Amino acid sequence: MNSSVIVFPGSNCDRDIAVALEKVQFKNKMVWHKDTELPKSDLIVIPGGFSYGDYLRSGAIAGKSTIISEVIKAANKGCLILGICNGFQILTETGLLKGVLLRNKNLRFINKNVNIKVINNNSKFLKNYKKDQILEMNIAHNEGNYFTSSDHLKELNDKNLIAFKYCRSDGDVNSISNPNGSIENIAGIFNSNKNILGMMPHPERMIDNLISNTDGINLFTSLIK
Amino acid sequence: MEKQLQLNSRKNKLKFSVTVTLKKDVLDPQGKVVKNTLINLGMNNLKSIRQGKYFEIEIDANDESKAEESIDKMCKKLLANLIIEDYTVKKIS
Repeated sequence: MNSSVIVFPGSNCDRDIAVALEKVQFKNKMVWHKDTELPKSDLIVIPGGFSYGDYLRSGAIAGKSTIISEVIKAANKGCLILGICNGFQILTETGLLKGVLLRNKNLRFINKNVNIKVINNNSKFLKNYKKDQILEMNIAHNEGNYFTSSDHLKELNDKNLIAFKYCRSDGDVNSISNPNGSIENIAGIFNSNKNILGMMPHPERMIDNLISNTDGINLFTSLIK
Repeated sequence: MEKQLQLNSRKNKLKFSVTVTLKKDVLDPQGKVVKNTLINLGMNNLKSIRQGKYFEIEIDANDESKAEESIDKMCKKLLANLIIEDYTVKKIS
C-alpha cells in the first residue's frame, strides 16, 4: 500500500511517521507542501509539528497551502487521511474535520505520556485495537483543547465518531484525566465517513519498546492490508 | 496629468483595520490571566478583558464598498476562524 506524508516548513514529526509507516511495509513518499500533485496514495498523513511557526492560528496557513487542496479532493474521494497533533489542527482548519483546537486550558505546553481509551474501534484506522482498550501515548501540544458546537458534539456521540478519549490508567474518563480541557475529554475524532481521523496523541512515538512502548503500532498495522 | 496621477494614487489606496476576538462563549484563558495580573497590580475597577488580534490592511481600490467586500472575504477565508472568533472591520483612511 502507498502512503504520503505531507511536509510543511515547521513539520517535525514527519520522519517519525515515515519510520512507523515503513515499519509496517507501507511504500511511503514525502510530499512537499508546494507540490501540486499527490503521488498515488491509499493513506495521506499530515504530521505533527509547528507548520509555518503556528502563525495566525496553529494550522491556519498550512490549511490553505497548495497541496492541501489536493488532499481535500482525495479525502472527498474516500482516501484515508490521518492527522496527528498539528495535522489534526490543520484538518480542522481545512474543514475536513469539524471543530477547533483551542489553547490548552492551563495555558501551558504539555509534553507527557497520558492514557487514552479507544472509544470506537470500528474503523479502518483502529480495527486492530479492542473497544475500550486503554493505551499510553505521548502528547506534546499547546493547542489541544478540542471544542465544537453542541450540534456537532451530539453528532459525534450519536454516530459514534469519537475515536479516543483521555482517561485514567484504570479507564475512568473524568476531568482529572483531561490534560488540556477538551470537551468531553476528546483526544481524537473521525469525520462522518470515517475515512479521516484526527488525533492529538502521537502513535508514531509509540512503536518501539526500546524508546517507549508499542501502544501506537496497531494503528499502523490496522491500515496496512 | 500630474494632478490626475496624484488623484489616482490617493484614490487607489484604502486602509482598514480588522479586529479578531474570541466569541463571547469561548473561554479566553490568556485574557483571564492578563485580567488577574492587572487586578494584582491594583486595577480594581477592571471588569473584563478579552484578548484578540489586530490587522491593518491596505487595499488597492477606488470603491469603498468593494474594498470592504474583499476585506470581509479575507476575514472569512483566513483571518478569523468563525467557529470561535468574531471580527470587526473599520475604515482608517
